[in-house]
Amino acid sequence: MSSRTVTCVVVGAGQAGLASSACLAVRSIDHVVLERGEVAHSWRTERWDSLRLLTPNWMTRLPGGGYTGPDPDGYMTAVETARFLDRYRATIAAPVECGVSVQRITTSDEGRFEVETDAGVWRARSVVIATGACSDPHVPAVAEAFRPGTRHLTPIAYRNPDQIESGRVLVVGASASGAQIADELARHGHDVTVAVGNHVRLPRTYRGMDIHWWMDRVGVLDERLNDVDDVERVRRTPSLQLVGSSERRSIDLNALSAAGVNVTGRLAHANDTHAQFSGSLANMLRSADLKMNRLLDQIDEFASSTGLADEIAPDDRPGATDVPAAPLQLRLDDVGTVVWATGFRPRYPFLPDQWLDSRGRLVHDQGILPVPGAYVIGLPFLRRRASGFIDRVGVDAHELCDHLLSSTLASV
Amino acid sequence: MTITENTTDSVDNGVNVEALLGARAALTDAPAAAAFTWTADCSWVSGTHSRTTVAGFSGLGQQHERPATHTVDTDHPAVFAAEDNGMTPAEMVLAGLAGCLTAGVASVATNRGIQLRSVTATVEGDMDLQGILGIDSEVRNGFNDIRVRFDIDADATDEEIAGIVAQSQKRSAVYDAVTNPTSIVVES
Repeated sequence: MSSRTVTCVVVGAGQAGLASSACLAVRSIDHVVLERGEVAHSWRTERWDSLRLLTPNWMTRLPGGGYTGPDPDGYMTAVETARFLDRYRATIAAPVECGVSVQRITTSDEGRFEVETDAGVWRARSVVIATGACSDPHVPAVAEAFRPGTRHLTPIAYRNPDQIESGRVLVVGASASGAQIADELARHGHDVTVAVGNHVRLPRTYRGMDIHWWMDRVGVLDERLNDVDDVERVRRTPSLQLVGSSERRSIDLNALSAAGVNVTGRLAHANDTHAQFSGSLANMLRSADLKMNRLLDQIDEFASSTGLADEIAPDDRPGATDVPAAPLQLRLDDVGTVVWATGFRPRYPFLPDQWLDSRGRLVHDQGILPVPGAYVIGLPFLRRRASGFIDRVGVDAHELCDHLLSSTLASV
Repeated sequence: MTITENTTDSVDNGVNVEALLGARAALTDAPAAAAFTWTADCSWVSGTHSRTTVAGFSGLGQQHERPATHTVDTDHPAVFAAEDNGMTPAEMVLAGLAGCLTAGVASVATNRGIQLRSVTATVEGDMDLQGILGIDSEVRNGFNDIRVRFDIDADATDEEIAGIVAQSQKRSAVYDAVTNPTSIVVES
């Protein structure tokens, strides 16, 4: 097998890997980006048909490139996102090697990295892990309790409502994926029950502006690790209960109920005949309303302190979430499909075990691994609240490349 | 986990938040020590009257004994043709829920730097006796609905108080035990 040497190997050519490439290039750090498939592979292959970004188009600012099309307030589809990243790769001339699968990364005695791939070995002084936060859909153990014959789908396998045969569908989870899939299935005539645990409710627009415009302006997205009490808890925050749509509609639980979705509590237990749901729904709804209103209060304060209040629409915050009188049991004999919208986990089968903690999570401090020269990028709240957004991954990439330049490369 | 000095120093709800946060940090690093087993011993007295004592429990990798044994009597009221020597076991569940949520309110309030002046909780549990009397197999034995009403006097806005009450539910063992199924094995 061939062996090549480069200063830095970036693993993954999604938004995080490409942004890293742009930041390495402006610092004249020679590098290669290794991609198992094509650029934006998971955007092409692991997203359902109707999925659009949760953030508006203008909010896809990347180092050396960003959205410049005619619809800054729209939301890109997954296919458009893949095309956008393709164009970005061309714009920044990122040295991407497609169809190269990283099999193992090891460290040598001299503090160099050996990146073994199915197309030879790369030696490097630095590695940037940019394989994304959504490698594996997480399916809780209770899935095994459902009767045989039940069809289990994850958001990666879900494509569209035509894929689902007749019969009731249980959607587990009401964050972005679960709320969107439940809504879409109900609109296509399926009988849908959604099991709701902890979730983040937000209106799509507030006082005439996209909620992300507000969060961007108010500074919420740039909150740093020091600004929060419990980083691990914030990193586990579910995705925002939002959908990108041309009509900029909200997809909260009141909207789902209005669309005919049965809203019930967190899935607690299942056996051959029944699924049981937690009685905690009222508190889940109340908690989500409280947190939403806290953010909207913060926005109101910002608007009035900056003199915006008179120029924009008045307070149009949505009302409290109705607490449905949901049955705590669901007969499973007519449930054909269960959709597990229960989050994602990154996976690092190519990394040494010592780089991971007991739960398989990468050990790092704001993206900087304890192994000198190794970095991770593109995870939620890696360095700031919006680290997992396309729009902020470039800011993290700049900071991590500064660290790489000043510490790893300067030390030799 | 960080909490600012003035946050905790300025309030006194009788909760040692530093100790709780210290325990949280320690148990994060040593998850095996977080495994606790609570034990209660119950003896039948007469009729529907029983007496339950708790003394020891295990956790933090060892057995613990309390300085004193706690005792509680359970019985049923006169309308159940009983002697009313104590609250009903079902009311014990409500007491446990109220005690657990109220402890949570105090802990969360202290952690958030909020001084409490008074906290009262009223708990109502609806039960259809047709269940336990075996009149209608469609009726469950346990509570159909439980309502908790907190009245809290504190240096806080209504929203902050609602936030404390919401968080206390998210961290309550008894709330979880009542809202979610639990596997139980009973042997004799």
